[in-house]
Order: sequence, then C-alpha cells, then structure tokens
Amino acid sequence: MKTALSFVAGLALTTTAAMAADKPVLQVYAPDYFASEWGPGPSIEAGFEAQCGCDLEFVTGDVMPRLMLEGERTEADVVIGLNTDVTARARASGLFAPHGLDVSGLTLPVDWTDDVFVPFDYSYTAFIYDNTKITDAPNSFDALLAMPDDTKIVIQDPRSSISGLALLLWVKSVYGDKADEAWAKLNPKILTVTKGWSEAYGMFTDGEADMVLSYVTSPAYHIIAEEDLTKSAAIFDEGHYLYVDLVGKIANTDQPELADAFMAYVLSEEFQSGIATSNWSFPSKLATDKLPEGFANLPVPAKALVFSEEEAEAIRKPALDEWLAAASK
Amino acid sequence: MARRSVQISSTTILGVLALGVVVCLTLGTLVAVAMRAEGAGRLGPADWAAIRFTLWQAAASATLSILLAIPVARALARRSFPGRSVLITLLGAPFILPVIVAILGLIAVFGRTGLISQVLGLFGIEPISVYGYHGVILAHVFFNLPLATRLILQGWLAIPSERFRLAASLGMGPSDIARTLERPMLREVVPGAFLVIFLICLTSFAVALALGGGPKATTVELAIYEAFRFDFDLGRASLLALVQFGLGAALALIALRVAMPSDMGAGLDRAVTRWDDRPALLVQDIVAITLATLFLLLPLGMVVLDGLPRLLHLPDVVFGAALRSVIVALVSAALTLALSLPIAALAVRHNSRVVEALGYLTIAASPLVIGTGLFIITFPFVKPSDLALPITAIVNAALSLPFTLRALVPALAAVERDFGPLADGLGMTGWTRLRHLWLPRLRRPMGFALGLAAALSMGDLGVIALFADGDNATLPLQLFRLMAAYRMEDAAAAALLLLTLSLGLFWLFDKGGRVNADR
Repeated sequence: MKTALSFVAGLALTTTAAMAADKPVLQVYAPDYFASEWGPGPSIEAGFEAQCGCDLEFVTGDVMPRLMLEGERTEADVVIGLNTDVTARARASGLFAPHGLDVSGLTLPVDWTDDVFVPFDYSYTAFIYDNTKITDAPNSFDALLAMPDDTKIVIQDPRSSISGLALLLWVKSVYGDKADEAWAKLNPKILTVTKGWSEAYGMFTDGEADMVLSYVTSPAYHIIAEEDLTKSAAIFDEGHYLYVDLVGKIANTDQPELADAFMAYVLSEEFQSGIATSNWSFPSKLATDKLPEGFANLPVPAKALVFSEEEAEAIRKPALDEWLAAASK
Repeated sequence: MARRSVQISSTTILGVLALGVVVCLTLGTLVAVAMRAEGAGRLGPADWAAIRFTLWQAAASATLSILLAIPVARALARRSFPGRSVLITLLGAPFILPVIVAILGLIAVFGRTGLISQVLGLFGIEPISVYGYHGVILAHVFFNLPLATRLILQGWLAIPSERFRLAASLGMGPSDIARTLERPMLREVVPGAFLVIFLICLTSFAVALALGGGPKATTVELAIYEAFRFDFDLGRASLLALVQFGLGAALALIALRVAMPSDMGAGLDRAVTRWDDRPALLVQDIVAITLATLFLLLPLGMVVLDGLPRLLHLPDVVFGAALRSVIVALVSAALTLALSLPIAALAVRHNSRVVEALGYLTIAASPLVIGTGLFIITFPFVKPSDLALPITAIVNAALSLPFTLRALVPALAAVERDFGPLADGLGMTGWTRLRHLWLPRLRRPMGFALGLAAALSMGDLGVIALFADGDNATLPLQLFRLMAAYRMEDAAAAALLLLTLSLGLFWLFDKGGRVNADR
C-alpha cells in the first residue's frame, strides 16, 4: 500500500519538480477555469515568463476560501480572478497590498479608483437566447418579466455561483424595493436553478432552456470559435450589472518585484489583446478598434449598473432572503 | 486457546486502526474546521428548512429506490438469459456516473425537449416537466436503484440453492417460498440498503439543485457550501456538518436495530434452480427487467450519443487526466479494501453494530468539510498541491467504505458462521485464515466492493478543490474545465470517456470476483 501511495505522490511531485529550476517562482492563485488548457492561463504564463526570467506557477481552486484559511502564511504572491462582489472580504482580510499602478487609461465603462485591486477584464450579466427561436427578444427587464411563462430560463443559485449572485444584485439595482415583485414575475419562467454556470449553460445549448443567465460576451465564443451566429444576448434598456475580474498583490509576498511586474503586465497591450478570446470578456484597457473581430460588433448595454463593494456586501443577505422568500412560494 | 486470543487481538488491532483512520477523516476534519472557526455558528430559518427538505427527500428517494429494486432483483435472481451478466453490470452504471453527466442524461430523456416529451408531442400531448420535487426523487432513484438492486440481488444469491431444492420437495409454491426464504432475507438486507441510500441522498447537492426547480429544494450540503464559500462562516459550516452527521447517525441506529440477521445455514454453492415457476411470474419478471433497463439505460444511451462525435478528437490533456484518474481509482480501490476488511472483521468478530455504524460515518460526512479539515491540518506542514492526488485517493477510499462494508460485513458474517468453528478447530488463524477461508469465500463481494470503490473515485471531485494545482487535473475536473470554456461538445465526449472508464473498472473487478462463482 505504501508503495502505491508514494507512487501517486511521486506522480504529483514530478510535474512540480520539473519546473523547479533556479529561477524565482511567482505563485499566482487563480480560479480553476483560469489555468486550464482552454482558459486564459497558459498564454499569460508564456507571455510573462518570456520577459520576467521567472517561473509563473498557477495555483488553482477555491481562491478566496483558500486565502482565508491560509491567512498570513499564504504562499501566494498575486491573486487573479476575484471580482467586485467579493472584494469587500478580500480587502478586509488585510492580505492585499496597494497596486501602485497608473490606472488612468482604462477602458472600463465606469471610473476606477481602487488602489488595491486592478481590473483585467469585464463583462455584463445578461440573458442569452437562440435568435432563431426567439425573434422578439426582450429589450428591457420589464419586457423579460412580461414574457409568457412558457419561456423557460435557467439561472444559477446565488448561494453557490458568482453569476447567480450577480443576477441577484442586478435585479436589486433595477427594481430596488420592488425586487420581490420582480422575482414573483420572473419565477414562473425559471425552469430550474443550477449549482454553477456550466450546468446551466449546458442545459441551454442542449435546447432544454430558451434563455440562460450568462454574460453579454458569451455570443462572442459561438461567433469566433464555432462560427455560430445564432446565440445573442438580450440587451436591456435599464442597463446590465457590471462584472469586473480583478487581480491583486499579496502584501507579504517574497517576490515583490515580480509581483509588481506581473500586475503591470496585466495592463500591457500583450495581455489585454489576448484576454478577450481566452476569457471571453472585454479587456479592461484596450481601444475598441483593437478588439478581435466578433467582439467589436457585439451589442453592448448603454448603461452599466454596479454596486460598490460595501453596498454589494450589505445587500447580499437581504437580497438573498428576498429571493428565497419569493422563490419558495 | 492461546492461539485464538492472538487471532482476536490482531483482528482487533487492525480493525481499530482502520476505524481510527475513518474517524480522523470524518469527525477529525470536522473538529479541525470547527476549531478554526471564529465563534460558534448559529442556524437560521433557511437552514432548518434545508434540514427538513433534506430528510424528506432522502427518505422518499430511499423508500422508492428499495421498493422498485425488489421486483428487479427478484427477477434477475430467478431468471437466466443470454447477456444477463452484462445487463447486471450495465444496470449498475448510473450509480457511478458523475452527477453533472447524469443530470444532462436524465434531462435528455425526461426534460422539456427530452425523448419522452418528443414522443408525447407526436400525439399532441403536452411535454412533461421533470423540474420540482419529483425531479429530485426521479434523479435519486436513477442513481440509487442500481445500488439497491445489486445489494438485494446479492441477498437473493446468498440463499443457498439447497433451500430452494428443499422448498420444492416440500411442495412449496411461490408464496410459501417468499414467506420462508425471501422475506427473512429481505428483512436482513433491506434496512442496510435503505440506510446507505438514505445517507447518499442526505449529502446530495447538485442533483437536488439542478432538478429541484428552485431554492425550495435546498439541502444541508448546499447550506454548508454557502456558509463556506460566501460567508466564510466556518462555525456555521461545521455546525451544519454536525447536524448532517447527527441525522445520519440517528438513522443508522434505527436501521441497524431493525435489521434481523437471517439464518439460512450453509450451502454447497450449487447454482440456484427454481421449481416454483408460473407463467404469471415470468411475465412479471420480464416487465420488471424491461422497465428497469429502459429507465436506467436510456439516459446513459443519450450520454453515449452526445459524446461519440467528439470522442476521438479530444485534446491529449484529457487523456492524460484520464490516466491520472485511473491510477487514483486503482489506489483508492486498494485502500478501500485495506480499510474495509479489518473493519468488517472487527464488526463480525465482536458482533458489533457500532463498529459497522462507524464505518458508515464517511457517507454522512460533507466532502467539503473533509477537504477543508484536511487542508487546515496539513497546510502548515506540506504544500497542498503535492497532496492533491494522494488525498483524492484516500478520501475517495473512505467515501466508498459504506458501500464496501455493506457488501462485506454480511458475507463475512456468513463465512464465519458457516465455517468459523471448523476453521477454529483446524487452528486456522491470521494470514492462513485470510488466505484460505476469507479471500476465496469473499471473492464475489470483494470484487464488487473493489469495482465500486474504483468507479466511485473516478467520478468524484468533491474534496480536491482546495488542493488542486493547475497541472494535475483529474478527468472530472477536465470535464468541468471544458464546460467552463464553453466546449460543451468536448465535455460531452469527456463524459463518455469517464463513463466508459468507470464502468470498465467496475466490470473488471466485479467480473474478477465472479469467476467460477457464476453460471
């Protein structure tokens, strides 16, 4: 038994050992999808290693819980892939250091003044539909609520999914005190609520649901990777909830220069021009004319709705209770 | 006599050691999480609602699974037909399917645009809806009917053929045989099977959510997840995990008390021949087997159809991940046996229900809490990513334990009851007894247990989330990554690969266990 175990342990070790040359290592914590073969990780790693003389190592998994568990002893130098709705706790942990970067040239739809977290891409929460099946797509949240109840929508649970949480905040920012009435109208159309984005999106592409909660930039994948023009995002007049992906530097990193260099790299044109088609979202600092084809022509919401992180943190619990009460009727 | 006491103590030592591992992995990790919490947790009204729903759906799912499994198991036990053994293996497949794959397969059959709704549509009938409480139960029956059928089928096959021969010579009809042979067997087997399935449904999470149609179908495991992920409230997470344990333990006590050991006595392992056949019984059996086959295999067929087009075009990393998963599964299966045999021996030797019940602990444990606890314990000493695969193997082994114990304990008890005195008389102890009595007599349940453990650990990814690094992904993790990158067709192919490998491993072990033992 012992030999079998050490064999497996060895298997796990060989890959790490192979990379441990004399170069300094920059440990970047990231969500699992990030470092996968098909995520943005591999090209970022190659791009940064070409200029830093270092070894960039992605550590993937549940980033925030892991950071909270590790606390001051964390090995992370940089954390990438957080978003605006959970940064309140990240900031309160005191683990992050100011980025010290010039963020004046960002192309975000909102002003950015955060001195700790740097945005590297963004998108908006949106409902995606098949434009060959739904020809009169709703152009406002009200119109969505007024759709016949046999239009079936899949959403994600705000208790287990970050996009589900974004929908909760979106409804709250559009309807405020009347959010419960909005949920009451939306609920008959909700086919089901999934644990994560993947299950929901799979049900949509399988044709089981007419609409799915995802992002305005989702159609870009189908257009660019599959040359499929049938998927569209319904653009609402009231505006869409903004979803910003962030990177932050760990305060007690043992590689401060490398961490700073990586933070700066994130805003470089090389990083920014690659992120659109690897993370399927809008770059945070790239002129529109440099966007890949397929992104440039995407319909974009006229208005970005967003809560500050304090607001988001304060609203989350009551909004969740409101949703639970409305959905349990 | 002196030798006998040595035998007892080595059984006891190994058994207690194995139990220690189990208790550390379950209660130990829970304590680690609770100690890390800042302040005690409190349960809100939503948590209580989750507890009520969890109990209700688990009880309903387990009851229905068992009720449906009895006619299927009986039919399989008393019929022999070409392809029976392949069918038995295939019928076991849903149980070892990763949840996300099973959900998509079920939806392809029972969903709004699924097979059944399409057929109904031909006749102008409204499509059926699978979303709601009934969807949750349907999915849980889909997952657990195979296990229930296998456990009950083993009970049937454990009735020595001599008893049926005797019954026939006494002129007994089907109802007499049911009363004297089959019902006592069911009384012994059913409570344990019910317990195991109840416990599986207790920790259900993604199934309940995806098919439950909304937050009414919230389980305790989801509440744990939420407390951990969004609130980082370790106090509440560990309190909920404790509640989950409590529910499991309470039910375990009831079920094990209800279970009555039946005393069939020893047989000579002849093939079962039945003399009580009637045409009506034949029809009944054909109907049971056909319906179960359709219910269990149609969704699997849809998974196969969806996955085939891209199977050969999968990126190499997926196959690398598959190899990694197979190795983890094999190690995990070996570990499961190393844990469950000593525990089974201890339980049988001391005739202790408590020992057996402790072995079930792992299934009521929250995988999330186990993972978090292990992380808290090991993080100060080891780099978490170095432990990713060993921890996956160990935890999966522990999680398979309840199923393997379910198969091994009654079998070992029977072996000891029938041959123990003889072996004692011959002075067979320790290694000799293991090699010449236990291993040959336990071949069938051990093959089943190893196969189950291997297959289950192929599909699992519950505990690895905190330990994974970018490079050592297992197959289920790659499947999720493909989905997260919008590659749904590749993900379907990866799901087919996962299904094939899980089923293949299960079949190999199970087949190995049945060599010479089956007709």
